[in-house]
Amino acid sequence: MPENIPAEHAENSSCVGQHGGVSRREFLAGAGVLLAVRKVPVRPRAASRAVASSTASTASTTSTAGVPSATSGAPSTAAAAATKSVPTTPGILVVLTLYGGNDGLNTLIPLDAGPYLQGRGPLAYAASEAIGLGDGLGLHPALTGLKALWDRKQFAIVRGVGYPNPSRSHFRSQDIWQSAAPASYVNTGWLGRWYDTVGTDPLGMVAVASNIPRSMVGAKGSAVVVPVGNVRSAISADQARGAEVMNRPDDSLGVLASRVRTNAADLGRVDTVFGPMLASQASTTITSASLEPGAGTRYANELDLQLNVVAKLIKAGAPTRAYAVSLGGFDTHANEKANHARLMGVVDQALSSFVNLMGQDPAGQNVTLIVTSEFGRRVAANGSGGTDHGTAAPMFVIGPKVKGGFYGDQPSLTDLDQGDLKFTTDFRSVYSTVMSGVLGADPKVAIDSPFPNLGFL
Amino acid sequence: MDATASNLAHLYRRAGFGATTQQLAAATAAGYDATVGELLDRSGPDDGADAVRLPDITPGYFGPNPSADQRRQLQAQRNAQIRLLQLWWLDRMVASTSPLREKLTFFWHGHFATANEKVDSPTMMLLQNTLLRGKGAGSFDQLLAAMTTDPAMMVWLDSNTNRKGRPNENFSRELMELFSLGIGNYSDADVREGARAFTGWVVDREAASVRLVQAQADYDTKNLLGQTGTFRAEDVVQLIARHPATAAHITQRMFSRLAFPVPVDHPVVVGLAKGFAADLDVGNLVRGVITSPLFTGADARTGLVKEPVEWMVGALRALGLSATGAQSLNPTVLTTLDLLGQSLFNPPSVGGWPQNTYWLSTQTTLARLRFATALAMKADVGWLEGGPAATWPDLLAARLGIDHWSPGTLSALKATTGSRSSLALALTSPEFVLN
Repeated sequence: MPENIPAEHAENSSCVGQHGGVSRREFLAGAGVLLAVRKVPVRPRAASRAVASSTASTASTTSTAGVPSATSGAPSTAAAAATKSVPTTPGILVVLTLYGGNDGLNTLIPLDAGPYLQGRGPLAYAASEAIGLGDGLGLHPALTGLKALWDRKQFAIVRGVGYPNPSRSHFRSQDIWQSAAPASYVNTGWLGRWYDTVGTDPLGMVAVASNIPRSMVGAKGSAVVVPVGNVRSAISADQARGAEVMNRPDDSLGVLASRVRTNAADLGRVDTVFGPMLASQASTTITSASLEPGAGTRYANELDLQLNVVAKLIKAGAPTRAYAVSLGGFDTHANEKANHARLMGVVDQALSSFVNLMGQDPAGQNVTLIVTSEFGRRVAANGSGGTDHGTAAPMFVIGPKVKGGFYGDQPSLTDLDQGDLKFTTDFRSVYSTVMSGVLGADPKVAIDSPFPNLGFL
Repeated sequence: MDATASNLAHLYRRAGFGATTQQLAAATAAGYDATVGELLDRSGPDDGADAVRLPDITPGYFGPNPSADQRRQLQAQRNAQIRLLQLWWLDRMVASTSPLREKLTFFWHGHFATANEKVDSPTMMLLQNTLLRGKGAGSFDQLLAAMTTDPAMMVWLDSNTNRKGRPNENFSRELMELFSLGIGNYSDADVREGARAFTGWVVDREAASVRLVQAQADYDTKNLLGQTGTFRAEDVVQLIARHPATAAHITQRMFSRLAFPVPVDHPVVVGLAKGFAADLDVGNLVRGVITSPLFTGADARTGLVKEPVEWMVGALRALGLSATGAQSLNPTVLTTLDLLGQSLFNPPSVGGWPQNTYWLSTQTTLARLRFATALAMKADVGWLEGGPAATWPDLLAARLGIDHWSPGTLSALKATTGSRSSLALALTSPEFVLN
C-alpha cells in the first residue's frame, strides 16, 4: 500500500485542470441535461421489478423532451416523494474510512508509557506534545479541532477496537470491517444488509467516492455514487431518449448487464434529486484544486471536499440515511511521522469543518459520524521510520447525539499478540450501537450475532 | 455474426482489446486454433504497438541541490511525463497487431500493482512496464524474481529501506498475499522471516538502478514455509514460486480476468493449475485458459465487465482513433480514465483494480456517457452514414464486435435519428460495457 506521498503531490491534478473553471455544482447540473428524461418518481429497487418496469415506462412517456425543468429549479416532486419513504426518526450516519491502517497509538497516544516510548523511538510523541484527555491518554498534536469537540462532549472514543484472530492483510481486514463478518466471506456489507430491510429509494445510501464501498453493497441494491468530477458536455435529446429505452430493466444479458442498466436509471435519479440540492446551496469551502477528478481519495484536501458534498445534501434534505467518505494514505511503513501528522491534520480540519457546517443547520442535529480503519499498527517501529501492520485501534464517534468520553478499555502495551495490541472491544459492538442509536434499526438486520450496546448514543 | 466469428471476437476482446474488422476477418479465415497460436507466438513482433513512439521522459537536472522552485519544476515535469507514458501505453494497446503481449502487460500491472503516486519516477515506472512486457509471457519464477529487485517495486513497497536487524514487512507480505501464494497459505511468521531475506537491496534513484549492500543484508538462518536455511531473496522466490498454492492463485487470477471470476477451488482452476505448477510457463497457462471449453461458454460471455482501459481502448480501436488523438476531446481520454477509476501507472493500491461490479456505479455510467458522446462527435462515421438508419444497428454491431443487440438496445438504436447519437448509445450499451 502506498504511503509517503510526495509533498508536491497536489500538482498531479494539473493533468485534469483544463476544466478547473467549472464547479462540481455545475457539473451535476450539467448532468441534468443528459439524463433528465429519467425522472422516475421513486424507483423501486430490484426487489420489485414489475413496479420498476411500469414506472419506467410511465416516465418515458411523460419526459421525452430531453431538457429538464427540475434541474434548474427547486427540488422536484421526485425529491418530495422520496423523502416520504424514509422512517420518521431520520438519524443520519456518516462513515469515514481511513484506508491503509491508521496508527492508533499515534492517534490516541499513551502518555509517558515506557513500552510505547521505547518501541516507537523517534516516532513516539512525548506527553508534552500530545493533547491530554485524561486517563493517561492524549490526542495527536494535530487534532486540535477534535479536542474542542471532546470538551463539548460530542466526541466519543472507543478504545481497543478490533476482532478475534485479526488479519494483517489490508484487503481481508477491510472486507471484514465492511462486511462485519470476521469468520466468513460475505459479499454484502453491514449497511447494505440494513438498507435491504428498510430502503426503497436508491438514494438511501450514498458514497462520495469513485467506487462503491463494500459496506454499502446489499443483496437488493447498493449505494449510489455521487460523481466526483466537473466535466461538462452535452447530449442530444435524441440520445437521451435512446438511453432511456436502452436502460429499461432487462435480465437477458445476465446480472452484470442488468447492473449497467440499473446504474443508468439511478444516475437519472441522482441527477434529478441531488443536482438541484448541490446547485442551490451557497458555496462552502470547496476549492477548484480539490475538485479535480483525478484526486481520488489520495489527496490531502479530498476529505474536506467529500464532507462538504455530504453536508450540502444533508442540509438540503436529501433522502439519504447513510453516507460513506474516505481518505487513503495511512499505510505508513516508512517516514511515518511527517506523513501521519499531515493526514491527522487533514482529518482534523475536515471533521471540524463538517461539524461546524452541521452545527449551523437543524438537519445536522441528526447526524453522527464514525471513523474506521482496517487495523492499527505495530507497537514497535520498523527500521524505515515507520510501522508495520498491526491490530486493535481506537474508533471515533462524533455528533450532537453522542455522549462524549472514553468507551472500552485501553489495550495493554505489554500483553501483546506477536507484537500487536490485543483488542478489548469488538467493532461489531460499535456498529450495533450505531445501528440502534442512529439508524433506529435492530442490529440483527446487519450483524449476525448480538453484541453489547456501548452506550455512547 | 456466425459462431466462429463470435468466438473469435470474444477471444480478441479477452486476449486483446477487441478485433478490428480486418483482424476479425483474417482470424475467421484462419480459425480459432490458428488464431490462438498466433496470439501466443511470443517470438513475433507487435508491429502496430512497436510503431508507437516512446515519449521523451529524460529527467531534468538542476545540479545536486535544486532550489524549491526548481524542485517544483522537476515535479511538474514528472507529472507531465507520467501522463505522456499513460497515453503512450494506451496507444500501444490501441495500435497493437499482436495484442496478447500488451494484454498480459496490463494484467501484470494490475497484479504487481505499483503506483507512481508514491514511486514518483516515470523512469522507474517505464522500466517496470518494460520488464512486465518482456517477461510477462515467460516463466513465472523469473518474473517474480525480477520484480523483487525492480526499482519501482522496491520504492513502492519499501524494500529500499528494508535492512538487516530492522526489517520492513511491506514487500514480504504483499509478495505472499497478492503476488504469489494468496491469503491463507502463509503465516505472519513467514512474512517476518521473508522480510529478512529481502534485506540489503537499495535503490539509486538518480540511476534508477539497484544494488546489494552486503552489510545491510541478513544472511542468517530463517524458517519459512516449513523450510529452514540461510535464505536470500532468490531462495525465497523459488520456494514461493514452486509452492502449489502459488500455481493455484495465479491460475485463478488469470482465468478470472480472461474468462470469468472463479474461486481458487473451482475445477477449472484446479485442472489448469496442475499444468502451471509443473512448468510455471505463463504462455502455456494462457493457452489453457483460452482453449478451455468454459472460456467460450455462457458464463464467460456475460461474465466480465470491460475494465475502463479495455473500454477506452476497445472504443478507440473500433473507431480508428489514437488515445493521443482523442486526448483533445472534452472530456479527455485521461480525465475519463481518472473518473472511471483506472489511471495506468496509478492503481489505487497494491491490490490492483477489483473487477466487474467495482466498475459499475452512477459515477462510471456518467463518465462513459460523456466520453462516448464526445468520441462519437469526433469519430469518422462515414461507414455508418453510407446506409439507411435501419442498417445502423447491424453496422454498429459489426464494428464494435457485438454478437447481437438485446431487444432494449436494439429498439433504442432503431429509434435514434442521428448516426452519432446511435454510435454514442452503442458505446454505452450494456453489450459494449461488458467484455
